[in-house]
Amino acid sequence: MKCGVVIFPGSNCDEDMVQVLEAQGGGPVERLWHKEHDLRGCDLVVLPGGFSYGDYLRSGAIARFSPILQEVAAHAERGGLVLGVCNGFQVLCEAGLLPGALLHNGGQRFICRNVHITPATKRTALTSAIARKVLTIPIAHGEGRYHIDAAGLKRLKDGDQVLFRYCDAEGNVHEEANPNGSMDHIAGVCNEGRNVFGMMPHPERAADALLGNTDGMALFTGLLKAVAV
Amino acid sequence: MATTTIDPDTAPAGVETARKLGLLPEEFERIQVILGRTPNFNELSIYSAMWSEHCSYKNSIRLLKTLPRTGPKLLAEAGQENAGLVDIGDGWACAFKIESHNHPSAIEPYQGAATGVGGINRDIFTMGARPIAQLNSLRFGDIATEARSRWHMRGVVKGIGDYGNAFGVPVLGGEVYFDPCYTTNPLVNAMSVGIVRTDRVISATSHGAGNPVFIVGSATGKDGIHGASFASKDITESSMEDLPAVQVGDPFMEKLLLEASLELAGTDAIIGMQDMGAAGITCSTSEMSAKGGTGMDIHLDRVPTRQDGMRAWEILLSESQERMLVVVKKGREAEVKAIFDKWDLNCVEIGTVTEAAPMPGASAGKGGMLRYFMHGRVVATMPAESLVLGGGAPVYERAVKEPAYFAENRRFNGAEVPEPDDLRAVAYDLLASPNIASKRWVYEQYDTMVRTNNMSTNAPSDAGLVLLRDTGRALAVTVDCNGRYVHADPRKGTMIAVCEAARNIACSGGDPCGVTNCLNFGNPYDPEVYWQFSEAIAGMGEACRALGTPVTGGNVSFYNQTVNADSTVPVFPTPTIGMVGVLNDAGKRMGLGFRSKGELIYLLGRSTDDIACSEYLVRHHGIRRSPAPYFDLEEETRLHTMLLMLIRSGVLSAAHDVSDGGLWVTLVEMGLVNGLGFDIVTDSEVRADAFLFGEGQGRAVVAVNEDQENAFLDLMRASRVPFILLGHVTKAKLVVDDQPFGTIADARKAYEEAIPAIMRRP
Repeated sequence: MKCGVVIFPGSNCDEDMVQVLEAQGGGPVERLWHKEHDLRGCDLVVLPGGFSYGDYLRSGAIARFSPILQEVAAHAERGGLVLGVCNGFQVLCEAGLLPGALLHNGGQRFICRNVHITPATKRTALTSAIARKVLTIPIAHGEGRYHIDAAGLKRLKDGDQVLFRYCDAEGNVHEEANPNGSMDHIAGVCNEGRNVFGMMPHPERAADALLGNTDGMALFTGLLKAVAV
Repeated sequence: MATTTIDPDTAPAGVETARKLGLLPEEFERIQVILGRTPNFNELSIYSAMWSEHCSYKNSIRLLKTLPRTGPKLLAEAGQENAGLVDIGDGWACAFKIESHNHPSAIEPYQGAATGVGGINRDIFTMGARPIAQLNSLRFGDIATEARSRWHMRGVVKGIGDYGNAFGVPVLGGEVYFDPCYTTNPLVNAMSVGIVRTDRVISATSHGAGNPVFIVGSATGKDGIHGASFASKDITESSMEDLPAVQVGDPFMEKLLLEASLELAGTDAIIGMQDMGAAGITCSTSEMSAKGGTGMDIHLDRVPTRQDGMRAWEILLSESQERMLVVVKKGREAEVKAIFDKWDLNCVEIGTVTEAAPMPGASAGKGGMLRYFMHGRVVATMPAESLVLGGGAPVYERAVKEPAYFAENRRFNGAEVPEPDDLRAVAYDLLASPNIASKRWVYEQYDTMVRTNNMSTNAPSDAGLVLLRDTGRALAVTVDCNGRYVHADPRKGTMIAVCEAARNIACSGGDPCGVTNCLNFGNPYDPEVYWQFSEAIAGMGEACRALGTPVTGGNVSFYNQTVNADSTVPVFPTPTIGMVGVLNDAGKRMGLGFRSKGELIYLLGRSTDDIACSEYLVRHHGIRRSPAPYFDLEEETRLHTMLLMLIRSGVLSAAHDVSDGGLWVTLVEMGLVNGLGFDIVTDSEVRADAFLFGEGQGRAVVAVNEDQENAFLDLMRASRVPFILLGHVTKAKLVVDDQPFGTIADARKAYEEAIPAIMRRP
């Protein structure tokens, strides 16, 4: 088992992700530089949060053309596990590895806060180890409003590809609990092959008792279990 | 060159040109003496920028030198490096500094604030330190009535957010105040805190003749030219004409510079590095040379520019952001270039370090000469030392005059102020005052959690707590200043600002270890403003000496006032205090929220009848003339010591200081964290409005679990800190003297909804 974290020049959650993966027993973690063409044998590749190449054009729009992403796409094609968090999710959508797109938040403002999410499926490595109905996980994004056309949404639902939805503290899914106006309250999705995952909330920011929130740990537990096999 | 016409920028220039560039006639004469000849336009432009208030501190440095600037833990004293440097143990040092970007933000809030964030972070990482926390201290006019103030706030907050969020450093704390005095001239003070191994600190120095000098980062454009001079004059009706003096920020470039700089710090290939802020190439070349006692030859035509045909003085004075000057050890250029190549950054050799040599005919020839070339021709030359603070830059002492309002304030008699009939109504109105209400609208636009080190996200504390994972320690960081207190009594008000910062750190479990200050004042040539400044410095010195917190550096911002047709309106004197403290054991941190029903609530410190200068007095009674609130420096330091002892003994479950809005607001804030209420009784010796809403200093509220009460009482009885039992924590109800004050949900509604409702207006 080997985990790698992709580092774009504007990534800023890369070391947070490395630290958490290593603390959860997934280390030593490979740091995969954006200019490289080698995943160094990683079984799980994580695209972290940040602003890949500045993202002045559109989040993730340039990152899809980077050398490392060609390898990430091939890895995904082979069925390898890929997780994109926040900017990583945006990059995976731009690259066509995940369906849908992430638009400017409904309120047109960047939002950083703890939100509640509820898992919508158990049938993925990322969500399999989650025992609770509601998790408190922070978001921090300006472009996190998930959008997909009607046919795409139907395919997502029919295929059980919605990973998480925004909800309130009791697990109820409704408009007031949706922080960014995401379609169908979607906070994360996977591909049809169920090996590529994207989510806007940051589980790596909720995986340390010293920071007072360990709700994100179960996601890493599930992922690491899947690559350990 | 194809033509033989004389370059007007290198022809001798007169006193009239100097005046237009903002130099005084005596300063022009001084330049002539230094050079032993008449300066040219390029040289005058250089002196104008370097001797501006912003770069030279000419009207403040004499007083700043009276501040305590030494301490056992200080690794760099004020002014020595880009930022202060404090030993935090285990081979680590903390670099921190606060800086203003008031004038640019007044006319272009978004870019003004964004580049303020960029500038202060560069100060930190050019020392080799990785920024791990940011804070900011903001002042706007009355957002409830002024569309311009809402425009300022929207732009400033978005600017800070967009820059800092992309750069990837969490915001750990801050403060936002509103007062009509800031309507034209808001204050935007940004602080950055970084950590560095003590053996990897990069110095802002230059030495070793023959060593190459590189410029790295962004290309140089015409933005921000004369920014330092712009920051050194009043904001007037015509200030919008200075818009080109505002710089434009690029946080992605800054992020590349950060990572490349930290990789450089890991090598020993460089002599020194300095960021280019005010006065760009001029300031960095002169300060680094003056520090190393050497000279520099700089070829301006080699500087990458954003447009063709830039004149020498434009390149010299451009304040284009995200640039740095690096002096590299000769022979190690390839190593350095490889690092910048990795991060796709420009890295161009523009000159060399030269030997110290006195200038022929010059009177001040100490150190080295700066020679700026354009296509092989010298276009400006002067001794480096003559330009800089502590060298040839002028130093002035200004006249002081006590303002008339000061005596008027002392005539205030709180006993004549009637007590309100309906305390509950006042209490709820206070929660909705923008000065008191939740600043969530502001801070949720900042990434407060990136780098996963913010210990205050899920357990709020008075100071922001930054986990240092490698050592198990934590830093406590805060910015504080109540400008209303400082205006009322500059000396006492500034002592209060220092003490409030220390109190916040103590309530969080940290030992305060150093101060950085951002001194926002009006025009120093106004004797009443200069009186405020000198009193504030005196108060700061006294408080910092009492607390053992040396001043490690900071920034002075004068000319924060509005010149209207018929009057000049200075801002409240606002000496923002940034303070850093250390917790040797991160696990021993303290939060401010009640944790469970039944906890006992105690008030530590003296209760008085004082309502002076309170938000209550201003908002409810409309009285703006009163002295600073009750304050006693000795009681204050005793309280801090006691708080730390209680926290380290493990007898507290929460601690929160009493500040703006008084005890009532403190209790509500403690309840909001976990949605708990309180049932308290007031002190019959003290008038109820003063007890609930007075802002007398030197107080903190603590929560004690019943099983710790005896231990708590033993410690308190052995101390000289007065204390009383206020009551206990309830499930949700708020009760004062058996009167229902609603529930914590009611309080939350008032507290949370006030600012969003105002900001929905255009």
